Amino acid sequence: MVHECAVLELIVISSLNGVLFGMLLFLLSSGLTVIFSMMGVLNFAHASFYMLGAFFGFQLTKWIGFWPAFVLAPLLVGAIGMVVERYGLRNTHKHGHVAELLLTFGLAFAIEEIVSMIWGRSPVDYRVPALLDFPAFTIFSTNYPAYKIFMLAVSVVIFVALLLVLKRTRVGLIVQAALTHPHMVGHLGHNVGRVFMVVFGVGSALAGLAGVIAGPALVTQSDMAASLGPILFVVIVFGGLGSLPGAFVASLVIGLVQTFAVALNGSLASVFGPLDSPGGPSALSDIWNVTIAQVAPIIPYLLLVIILIVRPMGLMGTRES
Amino acid sequence: MRKLIWTLAVIAPMIGSAARAEDTIKLGYIDPLSGGGASVGEGGLKTFQYLAEEINAKGGILGRKVEIVPFDNKTNPQETLVQAQKAIDAGVRYITQGNGSSVGLALEDFVTKYNTRNPGKEVLYFNYAAVDPAMTNEKCSYWHFRWDASSDIKMEALTNYIKDVASIKKVYLINQDYSFGQSVRSDARKMLTAKRPDVQIVGDELHPLLKVTDFSPYIAKIKASGADSVITGNWGQDIALLLKAAADAGLKVNWYTYYAGGAGGPTAIKQTGLDHQVFQLTEGFANSGHQPAMDYEKAFRAKVNMSLWYPRAVNEMRMFKAAAEKANSVEPVKVAAALEDLKLEVLDGGTGFMRKDDHQFFQPIYISSFGKLAANEPFDEENTGWGWHLVTKVDTPQAMVSTTCKMTRP
Repeated sequence: MVHECAVLELIVISSLNGVLFGMLLFLLSSGLTVIFSMMGVLNFAHASFYMLGAFFGFQLTKWIGFWPAFVLAPLLVGAIGMVVERYGLRNTHKHGHVAELLLTFGLAFAIEEIVSMIWGRSPVDYRVPALLDFPAFTIFSTNYPAYKIFMLAVSVVIFVALLLVLKRTRVGLIVQAALTHPHMVGHLGHNVGRVFMVVFGVGSALAGLAGVIAGPALVTQSDMAASLGPILFVVIVFGGLGSLPGAFVASLVIGLVQTFAVALNGSLASVFGPLDSPGGPSALSDIWNVTIAQVAPIIPYLLLVIILIVRPMGLMGTRES
Repeated sequence: MRKLIWTLAVIAPMIGSAARAEDTIKLGYIDPLSGGGASVGEGGLKTFQYLAEEINAKGGILGRKVEIVPFDNKTNPQETLVQAQKAIDAGVRYITQGNGSSVGLALEDFVTKYNTRNPGKEVLYFNYAAVDPAMTNEKCSYWHFRWDASSDIKMEALTNYIKDVASIKKVYLINQDYSFGQSVRSDARKMLTAKRPDVQIVGDELHPLLKVTDFSPYIAKIKASGADSVITGNWGQDIALLLKAAADAGLKVNWYTYYAGGAGGPTAIKQTGLDHQVFQLTEGFANSGHQPAMDYEKAFRAKVNMSLWYPRAVNEMRMFKAAAEKANSVEPVKVAAALEDLKLEVLDGGTGFMRKDDHQFFQPIYISSFGKLAANEPFDEENTGWGWHLVTKVDTPQAMVSTTCKMTRP
């Protein structure tokens, strides 16, 4: 009985953690996937905007407190994003996608170096605000921190707001149209350039917001962009390039898979029994005894490979490219 | 005239540095100064800089000043070798490194090969924290000296303590997935089974090294296992974030750790509210009660503004000086010979010695617990108001293990 409770507890807590991580991924991937489908550019610097958000959040929190920082830091990151689009990407656009890609690639490195020049390479002391530093509730006997609930709530609010803007407003209609038929939208007389700039800005601001709220819960340091970037690409490719619902589902799937993989103990040995090798431990017996928890970090990439083989346009993507 | 000034401006600093390079003993500090290991790497750097200043203020080593030259290896073995070559090119003959046994093993191998290929230009590797037993056993090298207790020595001491604590019934092992973490895990399994066969190992986890930013999935798993105690060799952010996640989830177990005292650890323990339930194994600690060590701690904190995490670094530098003076030379080959079987009164009291067979330093080991301070314990950690309290001291003879090392001597 006690054991069953413990397993149930593990499942509930892991689900919460998984959904939370998934929603955080969605804040990032939503911007990335929209930018990609509109401009045809995979923005390598997207995770860097997330990092900028975290560091701006940290710095502004020190100066003016967490709540003003919570509002200002994403706006600041969004503004930087718009400047990058207006004066960087738009100028390189005429030289083709490769030039644009290289621009974002270089930008990612530049941002990382600038951040470590200003704030150093070791983690900064970005704390959860005192107002939210208490256990929100206790399931069975595990406390769940209020700050994580706050993160979850912010992500859900943004998700709903994004959905409403895209589905219910005129701007949303233009953006959606530009997703699939950018040239047609231009021909219809809309200022595609401005739409691009605003979308790039909003996408960056969302990444910045993710950084501001994730900073205190995870670790704010100069390599946080590099460690999260690859997962983002997995999410948008897995979900289907340019598909927002796809990015949403993929974010949750990746979040849950990563969390639950840690919780599982299974290995090939536990399924098929221990390997009897007469020559003692070998390379094969090493692989045989590796647990799912140990391979948790590579599971998303494995999913990426599988989805590309089975369904190249991604889970909910409509076009290949 | 203007040209002359320019020429002087360019050449003058070169002359200055050339002259300085002749005089100083360069100690290359190769450790993480960025990424997940940076918090401990920077702490180590400050410690060695303090020690160098201290030696220099008292006239240096044989009249020559010690200069610490930092190199950032990002806790990466390949990067370490690049940095080691860079250090040697900059005139470094002594390298000190500590964080990460994967790094340590690569460096040990590099130094051994380098010395074979470059006779007369030998380089010594002073290891202050990489504790994989392999480094003084099957992979041992004449050019490597270790001042930290290897992980099997620590586990020997820890299991000797656990043996007599009847309340420990279910143990969970969580370690970093690389050579050191794996050795902690296998030593713990082996020694627990031998000394306390009734103890149940309810979990045995390996997680990626310095990559995890949120340990709550692991904490949920520990909770589900019903463990009453956790044994972990985690260091750097991996112990701080592990304890932080435990604090957030309200997990109540006893923690037996190698490195809970590192950056961020004490703050997280205070948050868990686990008063004297987190234990640490060290060669010394702030409230050890040994007066010279406590005076030293006080002076160190006043100057560097951090706790002395590495009493072994003090032992290392003192012994370096003693060996150079014994050999009357700062030539690495002569210093290495002088270090063998050298005895030292260690910082926290008692005698330690550098065993000739494997170049492992043996010294008393302390088990301490973290919590509210008693009247005679002046030092807290990270302004928490809590500090380390002596649980038991294991003397040098009881903190020794055998070795399989067969080193090639020059």
